[in-house]
Amino acid sequence: MQEQRKVSVRVPVLARVEGEGALELDIDNGTITNLKFSIFEPPRLFEKLLEGRDFQEVPDITARICGICPVAYQMSALHAAEMAFAVQITPWARALRRLLYCGEWIQSHALHIHLLAAPDFLGFDNALTMAKTFPRVVSRGLKLQGLGNRIMRVVGGRSVHPVNACAGGFYSAPPLDEMQTLREELEAARADAYELVRWVANLPMPDDQQDFVSVALHHPDEYPFNQGRIISSDGLDIGIEEYEQHFNEFQMPHSTALHAHLHGKPYLVGPLARVNLLHGQLPSHLLELLAGSPVQFPSRNMFHSMAARALEIAYSVDEAIRLLAEYSLPDQPHVPVTTRAASGFGCTEAPRGLLWHRYDFNADGTVKTARIVPPTSQNQARMEQDLHQSLQTFGLEHDATALRLRAEQVIRNYDPCISCATHFLRLKVNRS
Amino acid sequence: MAMNNTKPTVAVYKFSSCDGCQLAFLNAGEALLQLAERVEILHFAEAGMLNEDVQVDIAFVEGSVNTHHDEERIRQVRANSRYLITIGACATAGGVQALRNIHDNGGWHQAIYAHPEYLDSLSTATAIAKHVKVDLELWGCPVNTQQVMQAVATLLHGANPAVSRESVCAECKRRGNVCVVVAQGQHCLGPHTHAGCNAICPHMGRGCYGCYGPQGVIYAGAA
Repeated sequence: MQEQRKVSVRVPVLARVEGEGALELDIDNGTITNLKFSIFEPPRLFEKLLEGRDFQEVPDITARICGICPVAYQMSALHAAEMAFAVQITPWARALRRLLYCGEWIQSHALHIHLLAAPDFLGFDNALTMAKTFPRVVSRGLKLQGLGNRIMRVVGGRSVHPVNACAGGFYSAPPLDEMQTLREELEAARADAYELVRWVANLPMPDDQQDFVSVALHHPDEYPFNQGRIISSDGLDIGIEEYEQHFNEFQMPHSTALHAHLHGKPYLVGPLARVNLLHGQLPSHLLELLAGSPVQFPSRNMFHSMAARALEIAYSVDEAIRLLAEYSLPDQPHVPVTTRAASGFGCTEAPRGLLWHRYDFNADGTVKTARIVPPTSQNQARMEQDLHQSLQTFGLEHDATALRLRAEQVIRNYDPCISCATHFLRLKVNRS
Repeated sequence: MAMNNTKPTVAVYKFSSCDGCQLAFLNAGEALLQLAERVEILHFAEAGMLNEDVQVDIAFVEGSVNTHHDEERIRQVRANSRYLITIGACATAGGVQALRNIHDNGGWHQAIYAHPEYLDSLSTATAIAKHVKVDLELWGCPVNTQQVMQAVATLLHGANPAVSRESVCAECKRRGNVCVVVAQGQHCLGPHTHAGCNAICPHMGRGCYGCYGPQGVIYAGAA
């Protein structure tokens, strides 16, 4: 029925992603002959820059890997240092870190939903154009994003590259009156966050069921931010120090970001992986927001990532309110740190998924070697696999523009942070 | 800078960076929507506007020059822009990745990548002004919304934006912070760092670590 047909799609710069990525797609007579999601953002060599740096400088440097999720890079780095130096932070500091992370999730997820992804679902080129037709939706989104930023400003001094977290806890305790105001602002926005979940869950979404392995951090008592074991939908359950024995990274010619496999296969990290694995830990009143919508978790539809993100915004708003209600001033914002020659691991849930760090420290607390595995490089192999499958399902007979738009929409489900992905390159050389 | 009667045009370009300075726009909330009313944003990839080779009145540039392709691109951006503003430490000074300039970089790519030949990467990360004329430099790691919006507003009124020559110390005193050097003996770069952050680090009880770049004379010690 079809004529022999060749289609080439080239997207030299992908819009509405963080950092610089590109897409190459060739279809020859109904078969995909070439598909590459390339990352060409130049490497910034952070793992080498960290060598010789004092452990307290590390979070200030790793924050600069990503302006959108600096808190994640600070958290994984701090927990690694604390593990290496056998530092036990106080419950107060742990709760405040959780609050800081809530701020980052709200900010990053709201930015992604409204400024990056939603225009795809509603047929706009960008959010500014979308705002003319859906002013209330965009305004609600920007308000929530602003609230995430507010949390980071109050707890961390500023929202991009906050300055307050340190090994041992925090440099200072945010004042009670500011925390009280913040709590009131969050309470006033709770209804907006819930409404957002309903709105996203009812957006028109392609029905595309795929098989994939979800990976996330699991903590027995709470939805995870900073602590837990690494689990997968395939039954993996390991300590964070065992990561390297199960996951491996490799370089591809078309990308400055390394790809990663779990037991030789692509896998998914991020909001959908988390909600798929851990929806049982989300309060039922949040899951009920999905009632009547086509979205249910666990889900095998990658387009439901956006609903997972919205759900995590609502969770973070609730959680932030809870943490703020319990907030009090501590005796000391941080405990002392005594350095020693040791290795430490840090693994936390960045907005985009598992962010794993390992540091070997010298006795004086300076970094000997560092290794950082960001979520986007973990998702890259899975993204290419998804593109193959979703474009087949979509129909390769579509014209180049339709294929490009669908491919971009698929890529944006992962909220790839390309700035992050290129900045970590492992030191182990595997050269033939 | 005199503008035509039509809406002034703006582009935001990214070079090697963390994307954090573009957030001065993307985190601006309602101010972003207002900006879009006052100017026409023609290129801003992260926000969805793609028009890389467009001619604009004001170009904002984030990030430092790290590849051969970057070198060509920044020349093109300059040729297409009437007024070029660098935003943030990477564009203005090279950024944290420029630390590699002082090390033996040659071996780094080899040590890190199994296949360094796949990469287009220069041995240095350099500021935009090393390559083309820059009309205004906004310092900060990151810059904040107020800095970029103020620059745009000033240009829209036909004036040249001025950057404060103050140091963090001045902001810190105005904020009423207790000096972390005098009171606690901490290291603090506040006296020699550009103002702009509102002294957040001393405010939180730690020394300034210089996000806004050097200000005034700096004594680096005996040679």
